[in-house]
Amino acid sequence: MRRFEYLRPLDRARAVDLAANPEVKLLGGGTNLIDLMKIGVETPEILVDTTRLGLDEIESRVDGSLRIGASVRNTDVASDRRVRARFPVLSAAVLAGASGQLRNMATVGGNLLQRTRCAYFQDVTKACNKRKPGSGCPAQTGANRELAILGGSEHCIATHPSDMAVALRALDASVLVETEKGAQTIPLADFYRLPGDRPDIETNLPYGALIVAIDVPAPVDGARSSYMKVRDRASFGFALASVAGVLRVADGRVAHVALALGGVAPLPWRARIAEAHLMGAPADPDHFHAAIDAELQAAQPRPENAFKVTLARRMVVRVLTELVGRGEVGVAPS
Amino acid sequence: MTRISLTVNGEPRAVDIDSRVTVLDLLREHFGLTGAKKGCDRGQCGACTVLRDGRRVNSCLVLAVSADGSEIVSVEGLAGDSDLHPLQQSFLDHDAYQCGYCTPGQLCSAVGALAELAAGSPSVVTGEGSAPTLEPEEIRERMSGNLCRCAAYVNIVAAVYEAGRSA
Repeated sequence: MRRFEYLRPLDRARAVDLAANPEVKLLGGGTNLIDLMKIGVETPEILVDTTRLGLDEIESRVDGSLRIGASVRNTDVASDRRVRARFPVLSAAVLAGASGQLRNMATVGGNLLQRTRCAYFQDVTKACNKRKPGSGCPAQTGANRELAILGGSEHCIATHPSDMAVALRALDASVLVETEKGAQTIPLADFYRLPGDRPDIETNLPYGALIVAIDVPAPVDGARSSYMKVRDRASFGFALASVAGVLRVADGRVAHVALALGGVAPLPWRARIAEAHLMGAPADPDHFHAAIDAELQAAQPRPENAFKVTLARRMVVRVLTELVGRGEVGVAPS
Repeated sequence: MTRISLTVNGEPRAVDIDSRVTVLDLLREHFGLTGAKKGCDRGQCGACTVLRDGRRVNSCLVLAVSADGSEIVSVEGLAGDSDLHPLQQSFLDHDAYQCGYCTPGQLCSAVGALAELAAGSPSVVTGEGSAPTLEPEEIRERMSGNLCRCAAYVNIVAAVYEAGRSA
């Protein structure tokens, strides 16, 4: 590992000051960044530890939303009784990721910013446009089984690895950040960028930003939510595909739906086309199939990952069908 | 070099260390506590698992400087003066290892996993909204961060289950 300076500010203002330095990387739980430093993918001059800034609370707000501090550990989000009761899709997604040890360490801010596990990105002896812009993308014709079928480009087909972010995308969450210029709220819808010809720029975070919290708006009345993940082993593996679904059915028709897909795109993929097909449609498997087929029209599978198109289709239909099976219910207790 | 203070297996320690040193290397190379093992050194195998402030973590991914002020318990700190920790005894009783390399991490992870379960922390196999109950499926899921290349998993699950039942 390259030598670096370690700093541990104890208040936000100091952390924001420090973050306005291109040599600085912000450290959360370290489960991804320390690993990337060991393998030479990240080589910061200065590490600023953000875990002792008092950003470790989950707060219920009067508008029914939940504000999750950036350094709340993944375990504590998934175990929080308000999250479990009102946002079960979020608890389930967090618990579907990593291992018990890693969830005890990882922060939610760091989870949002974790990097792809594409094998080429993690191997500094290989070309990778995300790691070294302009060097090429061997994944296009190489080992692409785990990589993107939606939203990729000729420059990059890496997938975003987070489970949590997929649930947050379906829940219309926002990210609160602070820079030297002040505070700002970025809807998760605008937070991540598609790779295009600059896969090295993954988010629209302003320069020097410190993530302070994630806001999850009040749940939709009467909606049910769930998370489904398929991976190569029964536990502790990244998603080949995952689905976060939020659904409300009234009189047999879809009255509200939010669908986000993980493991298939460079960002948590909100299936807006499928949602548009579903709104007002009969809540039955035939219509679910038609809706996700419309979404997946844009899929560009590579030789090794064509199976993900079928997989994603079947998972979406199953998640929605199971949510319908739970019945048309009232508001979940808060 | 940075001066840090922490508690290791109940004993207060202070040490000057390079910022690159992980808690795993601190234990093994600086304190001579070689129980925690370096398997993958990337958080993927669990052989380095220790308890930090009562919670299990992969010590290979924790910078020692960031553990300043923490309380670390490694496998050396589990047993009492004369008795083994109940999980250590249960591993013996169930023959829950072969080569033993992953065992210190398995033990610390199991201590953390049973505490998490007892505290009501759900896992992905816990029913939505329900409290988790001690059962083999929960143990398999909660112990998935600890690999055993000898594949002693069947006996590890039995050992953790029995230790959990008698707790």
